[in-house]
Amino acid sequence: MATSPVKQASVSGHNIHLDDIDRRIIQTTQSGLPLVSRPYDDIARDVGISADEVMMRMHNMQQSGIIRRIAAVPNHYALGYKANGMTVWDVPDDRIDELGERVGALKFVSHCYHRPRCLPDWPYNLFAMVHAHTHEEALELVSRIADLLGGDDRGHDVLFSTRILKKTGMRLIS
Amino acid sequence: MMDELDRKIINVLQSGFPLSNEPYAEVAAQMGITETELITRLQGLLDNKTLSRFGPMYDAQKMGGSFSLVAIQVPEEDFDTVTEVVNSYSEVAHNYQRDHKFNMWYVIATETPVQIGEVNRDIEQRTGLKVYNFPKLAEYFVGLQLPV
Repeated sequence: MATSPVKQASVSGHNIHLDDIDRRIIQTTQSGLPLVSRPYDDIARDVGISADEVMMRMHNMQQSGIIRRIAAVPNHYALGYKANGMTVWDVPDDRIDELGERVGALKFVSHCYHRPRCLPDWPYNLFAMVHAHTHEEALELVSRIADLLGGDDRGHDVLFSTRILKKTGMRLIS
Repeated sequence: MMDELDRKIINVLQSGFPLSNEPYAEVAAQMGITETELITRLQGLLDNKTLSRFGPMYDAQKMGGSFSLVAIQVPEEDFDTVTEVVNSYSEVAHNYQRDHKFNMWYVIATETPVQIGEVNRDIEQRTGLKVYNFPKLAEYFVGLQLPV
């Protein structure tokens, strides 16, 4: 069990403090929420605090973004989404934040990031993952992103995954 | 096979889950089913891998870790050998083959940014291939909500 006293993480100007109790809550829940009537009571027993405190701390972690949300994560292959494309775009650097927000807001985009170009081999700076049932449906989604970007789309490409070579569950705290 | 209720449960639970004393009962009531039915269905969807997980989704980077997406252009005849080298690092969390000149894409997760560079340099030396590092500069959206 992790027992470091206070961990301070600094990300984009925000200091997020996780104390030992937060870390134990994370450790207890990183593989999932207990499927019992009162799940936060179970976590509270493991951590040695009250259920109210568990809920309060998880609420605070949601506010600070440590917890993105509490939710079900679908296995998109099992749900028939077999065409998973990484779409990449060359857009003007001075417009990328606005464009990234708009592309990220599209329902069918699961991840949207600004990443650096590696010129001359790699001109693309905006990455957006799309998920579709078929190749054609995925290409249709790509053209919808292209329409949205209009003249700011100075070139794009789609890379479909063909094989998972490695996938390990990331253990956040062991 | 999934039925209508399974689909409804997946769609509802993708968007969030309450922090309350009896959250399953609360969500079940909104859906017009019993708490036991919801928990049983949810267990089934996890057991048959329709759902990969259910619970808090943590942002590992906000917890202090470092991550990067890395790509290599691997000659087809060397693909298996390079896969073996790249996958041998515990810091490599995911690795995907993609249908592109840049045909190998992997995610490195380490405790510090310096270690990302160390793993990349090591992989370059062992494979003799140029490694392209694409660290995240800004995140606009993360979250998979697929209608089913």
